Amino acid sequence: MKRSLFLVLTLLLNFVTAFAQPGSDVEMADKLRVSGMIYVVVITVAIVFIGLAVYLFSIDRRLKKIEKDN
Amino acid sequence: MKFIYQTWWKVLAVVLIFYTLIAGFLIGVPRLPILHETIRNTYFHVPMWIAMFTVFTISVIYSIKYLQTGKEEYDLLAVECANTGLFFFVIGLVTGMLWAKYAWGAYWSNDPKQNSAAIAFLLYCAYMVLRNSIDEEQKRGKISAIYNIFAFPIMVVLIMVLPRLTDSLHPGNGGNPAFGKLDLDNRMRIVLYPAFIAWSLMSVWIATIRYRIRLIEYKKNSID
Repeated sequence: MKRSLFLVLTLLLNFVTAFAQPGSDVEMADKLRVSGMIYVVVITVAIVFIGLAVYLFSIDRRLKKIEKDN
Repeated sequence: MKFIYQTWWKVLAVVLIFYTLIAGFLIGVPRLPILHETIRNTYFHVPMWIAMFTVFTISVIYSIKYLQTGKEEYDLLAVECANTGLFFFVIGLVTGMLWAKYAWGAYWSNDPKQNSAAIAFLLYCAYMVLRNSIDEEQKRGKISAIYNIFAFPIMVVLIMVLPRLTDSLHPGNGGNPAFGKLDLDNRMRIVLYPAFIAWSLMSVWIATIRYRIRLIEYKKNSID
């Protein structure tokens, strides 16, 4: 399990490289990112997902208990 | 089958999705006209389909195993994987429609990709209808397993092959590999590929939870 985790992570690191940026005239949410407001959205999404993940884990645990009783 | 009771891959799924949620918003993306920031939808729309393919594949594998062994558990797992696959199918379609509204101009433009995806959806709805219409356990298991084995390759052809043979607005179709070398750069790959793995694991997790509940129900019913 540890070895496969390591393998996955090293494989994913293959894609990290440097970039030139063409097309800088295309409109993007640059200002949003500069002013820092995008972080609010990112944190909100993160909180929502953490909540969902905790909820899923608790369902999993409850199910394990029921399976033991059966 | 011990795998489904282990925790490590569930943690891996959560950690990887968490990473894609953060990195998907903050890491840079290619600057493209029409798409603008909606290119980030790739991180969330495409993994839904990958997750769907994962659980549908597992469903077929267990349908075949059921036909080989006749073990009721395999049949239950096949159904719950198909159920979870349908859930991700709907989310994939809806997110695709929303994106299409802003990139193509309409929610539904009768694009070959959209139409064949809708047909494939009906194909799997028919699987559920067929299954639920048969009362006798073994008959139901066998017929629905065989249907599932035939439905899967047709679904793959409908979604992956046929739209590519004609002109389509969707990237990767009509000889237009839009999200290929040019648009999908490595900054996107370090988010997109973990998202594929993570959402696949997530869909498997949900499917196994459904399967475990169904197994308890099944055991209770057979005792009564």
